[in-house]
Formats: sequence, structure tokens, C-alpha cells
Amino acid sequence: MYLYNLTLQRPTGVVCAVNGSFIGGSKSQEIVVSRGKSIDLLRPDESGKMQTIHSVDVFGAVRSLVQFRLTGSHKDYLVVGSDSGRIVILEFNKEKSAFDKVHQETFGKSGCRRIVPGQYLAVDPKGRAVMIAACEKQKLVYVLNRDTTARLTISSPLEAHKSHTIVYSVIGVDCGFDNPVFAAIELDYSEADQDSTGQAAEDAQKHLTFYELDLGLNHVSRKWSEPIDNGANLLVQVPGGGDGPGGVLVCAENFVIYKNQGHPDVRALIPRRADLPAERGVLIVSTATHRQKSMFFFLLQTEYGDVFKAVLVHKDDQVTELKIKYFDTIPVTSAMCVMKTGFLFAASEFGNHALYQFQAIGDSEDVEASSAMLNESDEVFVPVFFKPRGLKNLVRIDQVESLMPVMDLKVSNLFEEETPQIYTLCGRGPRSTMRILRPGLAVSEMAVSQLPGVPSAVWTVKKNVNDVFDVYIVVSFANATLVLSIGETVEEVNDSGFLDTTPSLAVSLLGDDSLMQVHPNGIRHIREDRRINEWRTPGKKTIIKVGSNRLQVVIALSGGELIYFEMDMTGQLMEVEKHEMPGDVACLDIAPVPEGRQRSRFLAVGSYDNTIRILSLDPDDCMQILSVQSVSSPPESLLLLEVQASVGGEDGADHPASVFLNAGLQNGVLFRTVVDMVTGQLSDSRSRFLGLRAPKLFPAIMRGRRAMLCLSSRPWLGYIHQGHFLLTPLSYETLEYAASFSSDQCAEGVVAVAGDALRIFTIERLGETFNETVVPLRYTPRKFVLQPKRKLMVVIESDQGVFTAEERENAKKECFEEAGMGENGNSNGDRMEMENGGGDEDEKDDSLSDEQYGYPKVGSDKWVSCIRVLDPRSGSTTCLLELQGNEAAFSLCTVNFHDKEYGTLLAVGTAQGLQFSPKRSFEACYIHIYRFVEEGRSLELLHKTQVDGVPLSLCQFQGRLLAGIGPVLRLYDLGKKRLLRKCENKLFPNSIVSIHTYRDRIYVGDMQESFHYCKYRRDENQLYIFADDSVPRWLTASHHIDFDTMAGADKFGNVYFVRLPQDVSDEIEEDPTGGKIKWEQGRLNGAPNKVEEIVQFHVGDAVTCLQKASLIPGGGECLIYGTVMGSLGSLLAFTSREDVDFFSHLEMHMRQEHPPLCGRDHMAYRSAYFPVKDVIDGDLCEQFPTLPPDLQRKIADELDRTPGEILKKLEDARNKII
Amino acid sequence: MQASDRFNINSQLEHLQAKYVGTGHADLNRFEWAVNIHRDSYASFVGHYPMLAYFAIAENESIGRERYNFMQKMLLPCGLPPEREDD
Repeated sequence: MYLYNLTLQRPTGVVCAVNGSFIGGSKSQEIVVSRGKSIDLLRPDESGKMQTIHSVDVFGAVRSLVQFRLTGSHKDYLVVGSDSGRIVILEFNKEKSAFDKVHQETFGKSGCRRIVPGQYLAVDPKGRAVMIAACEKQKLVYVLNRDTTARLTISSPLEAHKSHTIVYSVIGVDCGFDNPVFAAIELDYSEADQDSTGQAAEDAQKHLTFYELDLGLNHVSRKWSEPIDNGANLLVQVPGGGDGPGGVLVCAENFVIYKNQGHPDVRALIPRRADLPAERGVLIVSTATHRQKSMFFFLLQTEYGDVFKAVLVHKDDQVTELKIKYFDTIPVTSAMCVMKTGFLFAASEFGNHALYQFQAIGDSEDVEASSAMLNESDEVFVPVFFKPRGLKNLVRIDQVESLMPVMDLKVSNLFEEETPQIYTLCGRGPRSTMRILRPGLAVSEMAVSQLPGVPSAVWTVKKNVNDVFDVYIVVSFANATLVLSIGETVEEVNDSGFLDTTPSLAVSLLGDDSLMQVHPNGIRHIREDRRINEWRTPGKKTIIKVGSNRLQVVIALSGGELIYFEMDMTGQLMEVEKHEMPGDVACLDIAPVPEGRQRSRFLAVGSYDNTIRILSLDPDDCMQILSVQSVSSPPESLLLLEVQASVGGEDGADHPASVFLNAGLQNGVLFRTVVDMVTGQLSDSRSRFLGLRAPKLFPAIMRGRRAMLCLSSRPWLGYIHQGHFLLTPLSYETLEYAASFSSDQCAEGVVAVAGDALRIFTIERLGETFNETVVPLRYTPRKFVLQPKRKLMVVIESDQGVFTAEERENAKKECFEEAGMGENGNSNGDRMEMENGGGDEDEKDDSLSDEQYGYPKVGSDKWVSCIRVLDPRSGSTTCLLELQGNEAAFSLCTVNFHDKEYGTLLAVGTAQGLQFSPKRSFEACYIHIYRFVEEGRSLELLHKTQVDGVPLSLCQFQGRLLAGIGPVLRLYDLGKKRLLRKCENKLFPNSIVSIHTYRDRIYVGDMQESFHYCKYRRDENQLYIFADDSVPRWLTASHHIDFDTMAGADKFGNVYFVRLPQDVSDEIEEDPTGGKIKWEQGRLNGAPNKVEEIVQFHVGDAVTCLQKASLIPGGGECLIYGTVMGSLGSLLAFTSREDVDFFSHLEMHMRQEHPPLCGRDHMAYRSAYFPVKDVIDGDLCEQFPTLPPDLQRKIADELDRTPGEILKKLEDARNKII
Repeated sequence: MQASDRFNINSQLEHLQAKYVGTGHADLNRFEWAVNIHRDSYASFVGHYPMLAYFAIAENESIGRERYNFMQKMLLPCGLPPEREDD
């Protein structure tokens, strides 16, 4: 079996982010984020929406990013610390709209290792040197400079190693143009390892060490080292060299300390939340610095989400006070970026990222801790308390969706749409959601209005070629035409000059300022001065089809006669040529007039004899047939789509202009082919099935470029995104006819008719594969089951270390009461004022929203959990059972027991008081059995059965319930008061996390030891293991593929398939004892048979769920996976040897010719834990179109194909999946 | 020291031990081995962000806190070292 791996949704979580001016030139600022295995360049647009400008897969783990700028330059470079054992410096190339690798220096082995640098990066603020460090021992410093041609140079590395030393954080110290200095938090463990009394470990002291790079001697030395607080975890650079005092802020547990060489420590407490248990510390997890010429401040975010503003009071180099003031509370971030334009980009650890705008910079009164309040001589510090409140300084203006983490997913077509929906459980704690993903672009509807009849067509038209916005919407009915004018409102007008007593075939702008209406009996030409010229059809013939652009009109009369008109100098429409076609014309189209030309050269005509002809419109060979293309079915609609030549720009690299002929065929296929600009010859044809109805094609404008709307049984949009042509479905209903729409309120919209309604909508977030419908949940979702018949789902959610719903409710009430009475438990006495000052009720609600500020923490022995029945269609919860007494749900399944008394029941496995450390322990564990009542909308507890281990997996098996209870696999039957044990097998190594069944086989997944294949013998009532895996695998997800095959994923980010060899499988099935004798002999450690690994692939991200599904109607099934970082991918099985050969060769050439951006070897990456086996990486192959044309040609030659054929293959492979 | 000494197995080993932390030797005891493995594991957890996130979800802590905890555990990953036998 060979598989094709294709990422459907790139990771949506963020590992780290930096901001700077990477595009250069303008004053705009961009953000580069690492999403683990890809790097994205983001920028907020004018309306404050985050746009992805560029995104690239790097096939490595990007662990750290830092930006720097050479003095005098206006453009930032990006340094990447990854698992490649190399330091890579990237520069954004505006022309290519892609990152260029400027330098790549190897320093160590690849992989995320303890002593190989890559974990930390720090850069000198003046861009003269960069330090790259590992978790332990190694630190390397590279000197950056410019050569005579102003190109960036990098030196050989200078070592600043120190053995037996753990490094927590590294930062560049701002010391102006003095020698560059780097600061590090270090901990020496050498003595603690030797001392058995534990004294040395107790005395182990973290140090802040300054490393100085002597630019003259080209040498790095330890300049200064001083003990610091043992809770130190993070360093923040303090502006220096004239802008500030220099030095660093050391963030430690509960404290922030200002430190500099030759300067006394200035220490301040981090205020605590009032409801935080005393034993918990407060740790800063992310920071951002705002720098202006006159001032600077720091934003420090704690692990609970509270953001503090830290300010240094200083005079020259002497810092007198450090103030830490409560700023706002936002969801916990992995990185924050303050932008010069007054935005704060907050990349959330889990859940959606947000873009905030600063309303204020925290100058008003608030809870504040200061170094002046802290008496160093005191043994015990008096904590400063505060209560989180609603946002005061920040206002959220945009969200960037993030699925991180995908906890579970299932693909099903509950809504009976054309394609199935992907149901995912995402997020954590109060920010958990259930998201319904549909392949396609999201559409935002702006207006829907009913029309007096059923319209057949719609157009928009401008009055003048220089108009920015459309003036009229013209709607055609079966026997009338309606004209609507676009202004503040859209209303009917009668003075437009259009004939309203006849249906229309086409309406458009003609010449510079006249309008044309084509109706079955003629052409009405409305001049700017309201003069009307009518051209009438000869005899009884009627016009059936029209093709036109601004200067040319071609009509097709019944019988197959074509008449070609052109606009002359005086603005008159003149008949130029006639041409008799062999039969009726099915459709025709003329491309728009190219810039600077008088006419478009090609006319495309589709006929009912399954052909499309290209006719010339040149005066020399007018109406000559240039080429003929036969197609599989009569064409219904044609569109010549010109792809403009583009050089650089927003999202495009260099593209030569080209013309594509698109044809919607009656069998629902969209046929695309390239038209040669000179000869009109057709080549490189592709077809794609779009839906059950013949696609109708309409031009549209998306981001200022020509795009194509295809209306089949669902609408599609063909557009260019980051240099690729994409054809994506829209998540919208079936449309009849559409036209592009541009008005004051909506620059790039679409107006369409469907049924008796006129709809205006815009298409958002181009380039995305899925659009989401979000349903919020209460706690971290763990698993869910679908009930396809009732169209409901049951979700289990649980969270550790959180107060129960009642306790939270009480706390909230107390808080409100307190606020009402104006009391204040806070020593500072200013908090209440501002909370009341906010005034209205909304803000108060917001102030306590759990989504924004998280659940209050309690000890890790507390659990909260609920079972929820959800109606995904309405997003409403029909039943919510909150579990009581520290009980948490971990597994569920639906089960039909033998006796059909209750029908389908729900089994839920729970644990009470579960603790993971120091050792896994619990008070009790149960399996609950629920009955569905009210047509499945509600649950009723039948009984619960205590079990002796955590039931992590449940499954129905032959009318009974199989449960994995710790290391025991047990079969239960339903009793009146409890479940009844029927059979068990205790021989599993650790803990059973998954159970799948097929016929009499049971496939059991162990937490650490991969799969075990079992059989149940009914006559002897025995469960036994007949095969297992030889490789230890820490299973995180599993899926049953076929009788002998299982797919699994481990927590190190590998996906693998195991299969029982055919002969062994046959033997087991034929053996009357079913291999039991062999098992009883028990000679081997483990089962007598071993499964074989047939597929192995490193995804690079912990896969949490696997599901076999087909995402397109009539397509083959593929394996869909979801990951912790919020990405979705698919594995498609190849069906022909030829394809396997082609793609493996393409992959091989891509590896050679286009090595990954961050320096990791592609093959090594995909084989990070086990050698990759029989999986071809589609993500690498899909980078083929980004190669320069000569390289494309070179690879294509090696494969004996043309680049076009390769692109077609890639497109086909993708179209098989989605 | 003779020139040939530079190439014998012992000096090569010493070189490796100096260069790569965790290279074993003949007298390595169980504790030292375990300490080394644990430190390698923690460094790997910290280096692989999805893994950190995975732990963070399991323990319901923030990713930043998980990273800090793992780094802290690198000091004494297996508890106190055993008493040395006198040699």
C-alpha cells in the first residue's frame, strides 16, 4: 500500500511570533509566526483584519524566531532556530513573494536534542551578532556584517559553551554601539549530580550571566555572572544606549527583577488573582515590548492570562523604581507582538488568536505593585491582590481562527449536503468548541430581497467606464426586465432606457459610456445622451446567445447564424461579419478587450455536437476557425479567463499572461484548457466534476484580479491565490445566475439570483480550505459519538483543577454582591472604582466571562466534567449532565445490548478523583449506562457500575460491552442494577486506550505498546491475544482499516499502519482453535504472532484522531487526521503503480532540487523516529509550482513530462481528496 | 604521550565524552544512565512544541508553565544520587 500525504489545513496554532518590517520599503509592519512546521507572514489590512501574505511548509520543527536589522537598513531579516542543526537567515523577497534563504550554517546534528542549539535565539539590538543556544551547554555566537556590496555576511561560530549548565532563557542586552552582550539564565547541575545528601541540589543557584562578544578580538567571554532568584524563567531586554537604562528584566515566579551589571537589583512583586490558591506561583509566559523614542514599557502575561504593564522609572542609567500594573486579561498567549500602528497581536496557546487595538496604555488607576512597596529585609512578602475585569485598555478587532488542539474529529454527512461535514472538538477549558468544518470558502451575506417573480438572470452595469461602482442591477424574468439602481438603497427605476417588457439576454456597458441590452428580438443600444439605437433580428429569427465585451458583440441566432458587431470610432455598433455554424449554438464568449488593444482576438463557441471552436475576430481572418476541441458532453457555458501578467505585488510572483478557456459541460464537469495567445490553439486540458448541474460560468473580481464563479449544484470560485489557481466551493446555497457587484458598502461582492430572491454577498478569507461553524462548549472536550439517525451528538468534556459549576456560580455571585456594596477586599483601594466606572451591564458580564479570563484554578485533585447532547444543526444543547463529586468522563460509546429492551444505550467511563502524579491514583471508577429519552435529546441514568481501573475505552461487541479498564479487557452484559462481568483478559501491558471490533476480532490499542489483535471464542467464553506489535508505540489515535490492518498514531508525531501477514491471518481463521493453542503455550513474551508495519510516516505533530472518510461525493476514501497544533491532513491510497512511480520520482527530484527552507533534510524529517515507508509527501510535491520555471522544466524533463502535466497530476491528486 | 595514543580507543572515547554530553563509559551506573535519559527526554519535550501542548492539555496547565516545569526537573530528574561506594 502506498499513500499520498496531503495537509488539508495547515497548523493553526502558533509556536512563536516576531514582528518587524520584513517586506521593507514602506512603514508597514508584518508579523512572522511559526506554526511548528510552517512559517507564515501576516499583516493586518486597512480594516484591521489579519491577512496571510505568505505561508510556507518548512519540513522541520521551527522552535524559535528572531528578527534583526542591520544599522541604516529599513528591512528586517529573520533568523530561524529549528531542529535542523543549522542556523538559517531568511529574507522576504517582495518580487517572488517568498522567503529567500540568505545564509545557512551547520553547527550540529539534526533533531531537537539537549545540547544542539536551536531552542533559544537572541540578537544584538543593533543587528551585529546573533546567539543560538541549546537547553544545555552549547551557545554559539555568529557575527553579522555587511560586505562591500551591502550583502549580509555571517562569520564562523564563536563558542560560549559551559558544561553541566541548563539554560532557561537568552536575550541580547541593549548597550548601544559598545561590544554586543548577551544575557542568559543558567543553572549549574554538576555538583547536584554528585552529592547524595541533597545539599548541593538544595544550594543549586540560578545565575544571570552576561556574555560579551569582543568585536575587536573576535572572541566571546563570560563577562559577569550573578546569582538570581531560583524561580527565574524568562529574560526581557530593556532599551539602553541612550534610549533607556539598558540591562534586563528577569521574570521569575512571583517576581520581576531589574538587573544590570554594576546596578543594584530592583525587584517588584507580580500581583496575584485574589482567588488563586496560595501554593500556586505566578509565572510570566509571554512578553512584548513597546518602544517609542520618548518612552518604553513592557507587557508581561502570566500563565493565567493576566497582562501587566511594567514600567521602569529611571534617570539616565539608574533605575529607581519598577512598577507592575494590571493592564487587561486576554487568553494565555504563546507570543505577543506590539505593532507600531497601535495593534497588539496575541497568538493564543489554544484557541483563536486575536488582534487587539490599544484604547489606552494603562495610564489610569489600577492595581499596581512597585519595587518601592517591597521591603527587601522582610522574610515574607505581602502579596498584592487584584481581580480580573473586562478589557479596558484593549479592544479586540479581529480573530484568527485556530483549531488548536483538535481533540477528536468525525466525518459525517448529518446535514445531507453535497459533501460531508467534518465535526471537530477543539480548544481547551472555557475556550473549547465544537466546530463544523465544510470544505469551501465562507460567504457573508449582505442582503437578500424577494423579487416579484422567478428571475432567470442578473447583471450589474456601470454607466461610465471610469465609474468605480456599479450603477444598475438588471434582473431578467421570463417576460420582463427589472432595473434597480444602486445607491444608498437599492430601488427600482424606470428611466434607465432599458426595455422592460421583454426578457434580456445580456446587459453591459458598451464603449466608454453607453449601455447595451440584448433581448431575443434585437440589440438595444442606449447612448449616453439617451438616444436609442435598435438593431432588429431579420425575419422570425430570435437571438439565443450573446457574447460581448466593451467593444465587441457577437450574437447567435436560432439556426446557428453568428453575427459579429464591433463599435466604431463614433460609438456606433456596426455589423462586421456573419458566419453560419453547422447547428444551433450552445454558448459563446469573448474575452475582455486587452489593455491597449482595440479588440479581443478570440471568440469561443460551444455547439451541441460536443465541440468548442475558437474563432478569430481579427479583421484579416475574421470568423475563421482557429481550433476545435471536442468535449465529453455539450457545453453549457463558456468563459475565457485571462490571467493578467503580474510582477510581484501583493501575493503574486512573476506570471506571464495567459488565457484559459473554461467550459461548463452538461454532465457537470468544468473543462479548462490553455489558449495560445497567438495561434488560438488549445492545449493542456483539465477537467473536474463540480456537481450535478451543468456549471454556468461568470466573471468576477477578487482582490482586484479576474476570477470565475461556477454555478453548479453548488457555487464554486476559481481564483488566483499566492500564485496558484484554486477552484474552491463556496459554502452557500445553489445559485442560478450571478454577476460581480461593486458598491460603496461592498467593493468586491457578488449579486446572484436563486429561487425568487436576489442575494448580495461577499467572499471572505480567500485561500482557506475550510469554513467553520462554531458551537462553544464548557470544558475540554475529550471524545464524542454521533447518532446519525437522530442527527445528534454526545460529547464528554472534563477539566482538571477547576471549581465545579456551582462553586463558580457562587463565587461569581459573591463578586457581584461585593461590587454592588462597593466593598473592597483589596489593599490598593482603587479597583472597585474602575469596575463600577465601566457602568453598563454588558461590561460587567464581559468582565467575568470565563472565555476571556479562564476558570479559577484549584488543586489538581479537583475535576469537573459533563456529558452533553448537542444538536449540531441548531448548535443547541438539548441535555447537559454535570458529573458530581470529582468525577470525570474519559470514554463513551453507544451500545445495543442483546435484549432489545432499551434500544441504544450510552456507556460512559468515568474516574473519580484521578491524580497523575506522583503516581496515577483514583478514588473509584465507574461505567455509567444511560438511556436516551425524548427521541435521543436527553439522557437518563440507568445504573452505574464500579470498576477497578480507569475505563479509557469502551466498545460494543456482539451485543455486549467491551471495556478497557486499565490493563484489563473485560466483556460486560447488561443487568438490571449493574453491568455483569462475562469474560476478561488481564494480559495487556499498560493501559488500554482504544478498542475496535470487526466480526469476531478485537483490535486493542495499548497506551505504550501499540496494537494487540484479540479473538473472542463464544463457546469457551474466552478472550485471547493472537497477535501484537513488536514496536513500542505510545498510541494517541487509532482507526480500523480492514480485517488485518490497523492505522495508529503515536505521541511523537508518527502515523503508521500495521497489518497481520496474510498467511498468519488465514491460519488463524482456519485453525479450529483460532490459534489458541499457540497462545496457551506462551513461549514468547507476548503473542505468538506479530503484525508487520506496512506504512510509516512522521507528521511532525502529535496526531490525536484518525478517521476514514471521503470528503468529495463519489470520491475514494482517505484517512483524515487531526493534530494537537490544529491541522488536518489526509492520507490517500494510490490506486495505480504508475502514479506511485511518478510521485515518488517527483518527490525525489523535489528533495534534491528544492531542499526545505529551514535546512532540515526532508527525508530525515519524515523519518525522524522510524524510517518513512511507502508514503509520498504531497506537501513537498505541491511546492513544485513555486519553483522557478527553468527548474520546473528540468525536473519535468527528467520525468519525461511537461511542467503542465506535472501540475495537472498534482491538481488531480488533490482533487481526489478534497 | 606517544603519537599513537591519540588514536587509541580510549582517547577517542574521551574525546566523544567531552564533546557529547551523555556518552557512556564502562563504569556508568544505573543512576547516571537514568539521569541522562531523563534529561534527554525533558529537552526533547521542550523542543517539540506539539508535545508540550499535549502535556499541557493533560495537566491543564499553560504551555509556558509546562516548559518551565520540565526545565526545572532537569536539575534532579531521578531524585538524589545514590551514595558513592568508596574506591
